[in-house]
Amino acid sequence: MAAPADSRRGRLKVFIGMAAGVGKTYRMLLEGHAEQEAGHDVVIGLLETHGRAETERVAEGLAMVPRRRVRYRDTVVEEMDLPSILRRKPELCLIDELAHTNVPGTEHAKRFEDIEAVLDAGIDVLSSLNVQHLESLNDHITELSGVRVRETIPDAILGRADEVVLIDLTPEALLDRLRAGKVYPSERIDAALNNFFKIENLSALREVALRQVAEEVGAKRLTTELIGSREESLAADAPQAVGERLLALIEPYPGAQRLVRRAWRSAQRLGAGLDLLWVRVPGKELSGDEQRSLAALRQLASVLGARMIEEESDDLTSAIVEVASRRGTTYILIGGSRPARGLARLRTPLPQRLMQRLPGVDVRIVADRSLRSSGGSMESV
Amino acid sequence: MSVGVTVAVACAGALLGIAAGYWLPPHGRRPARNRLPEGRRILLPFTGDEISRRSFEAAVRLAKAENAIIMPAFLAQVPMNLPLETALPVQSARGMPLLEAIEQRASSQGVPVDSRVGRGRSARDALRKLLEVEHFDRIIVSADEDPRAGLSYEDLRWMLDRVPAEILILRPAPDDTRRISTEALKGHF
Repeated sequence: MAAPADSRRGRLKVFIGMAAGVGKTYRMLLEGHAEQEAGHDVVIGLLETHGRAETERVAEGLAMVPRRRVRYRDTVVEEMDLPSILRRKPELCLIDELAHTNVPGTEHAKRFEDIEAVLDAGIDVLSSLNVQHLESLNDHITELSGVRVRETIPDAILGRADEVVLIDLTPEALLDRLRAGKVYPSERIDAALNNFFKIENLSALREVALRQVAEEVGAKRLTTELIGSREESLAADAPQAVGERLLALIEPYPGAQRLVRRAWRSAQRLGAGLDLLWVRVPGKELSGDEQRSLAALRQLASVLGARMIEEESDDLTSAIVEVASRRGTTYILIGGSRPARGLARLRTPLPQRLMQRLPGVDVRIVADRSLRSSGGSMESV
Repeated sequence: MSVGVTVAVACAGALLGIAAGYWLPPHGRRPARNRLPEGRRILLPFTGDEISRRSFEAAVRLAKAENAIIMPAFLAQVPMNLPLETALPVQSARGMPLLEAIEQRASSQGVPVDSRVGRGRSARDALRKLLEVEHFDRIIVSADEDPRAGLSYEDLRWMLDRVPAEILILRPAPDDTRRISTEALKGHF
């Protein structure tokens, strides 16, 4: 992970876990050792061992920036020494407990702000976090566990991390570690077992944490696909896509969502990418309903991982042909069109026009299944 | 009647015919395809792959009585370690078929539907974001969902405290296990 510190911003890697004691700090220290052995300059900026012997043991051999003493009211508190870290300027700095709140009198109110300053200085950072410290999950986890965590961080901090590593442990194994005195000193074990460290709490927290990872697998696959698509669109002369690519033609009205959902399912079955195209008439103002429908379509496209393309043109067919050629489309999906009016009745319908101008591209008209008079039962009990 | 007048009348008739042909679709009614009735908006939020049939039926009854639109909304939850704008294919695979099933079922009963997808860090966060950008007159929620999976009792309390809409919380009788799920879909989806 570590690279020579220069004008670039440092990279942030966060070890996240369901609770204290799962091994986040331990793993962070192991990675620190690995980087050091690879020849990088690694220091510990802040370490909270909570008296755990195995954590203290694994920290040995890594340089540590001593904490500084900050006077607050009538007491002296030890905090991370941010100015010393910045002066020392290592390649990689290990900073435990991302959600910590600093004592007043230091540079920043929160440790994640300190970490931002370290990253800005071009220093890579490894840090640790428990899932309940995330702001938007706080209420949910309080409800699950009955314990409210006061120190929270905005979700965006984690969103900006370059890497997030989930440290997982079964609730039973964590409780075994707790009972063996590997998490808290003996005098705190009973209290912990009677409060936060209940099997049902830990199971629920683990479920929350694991769900993140399960979703990430699907999202990563999709992200790779989207990056490939962007590159494809940049290269105008690139050869036509070998795989399938669907293009759904939409307009901002409620029925378009049905078309998008069906197109997405088809794309999934084919293992294909999905584009949505709205050809806007130049100068046409959208009504309030249309604006809301358009916003809903954009949201739907984003959740489904479809790319929404908006083109302005008077010539619908040419705009579709141009986009389909550019994107390497193999299927075009359209909804049922409204009845033609006036002289438009004499024109060739859109599906036929598309088939004439895009030979080799399938054109599919998506029906409204709710209008079907027969078919599967609607009952589901 | 002179020839000129006859020609003028014929031209006027032809123009009138063309104009009527332009404005009226083939079956003599104005196109209503894209328009929803101007009425109340009933939000029907859900998080899983099925909803209580009692909630759905209540929404349909109210929509019919008030000439309202049903707006089923799938609330997707974005994992903490991903950007909020991330695509969610796994959750979508659960939520989209149910949106389709609700839409089909409501449409077949003559109730207009306009679906939504909300996205946030939790179900409550997704709902809050949806409510920030859209107005709903009424929200119908079922209190029988698994609180770990979707809207919890805390979320319902939050809605009662904070959401400026009529809120109808339905708790079906314990023996009323009827659900609407993707099995209600007509044809493959």
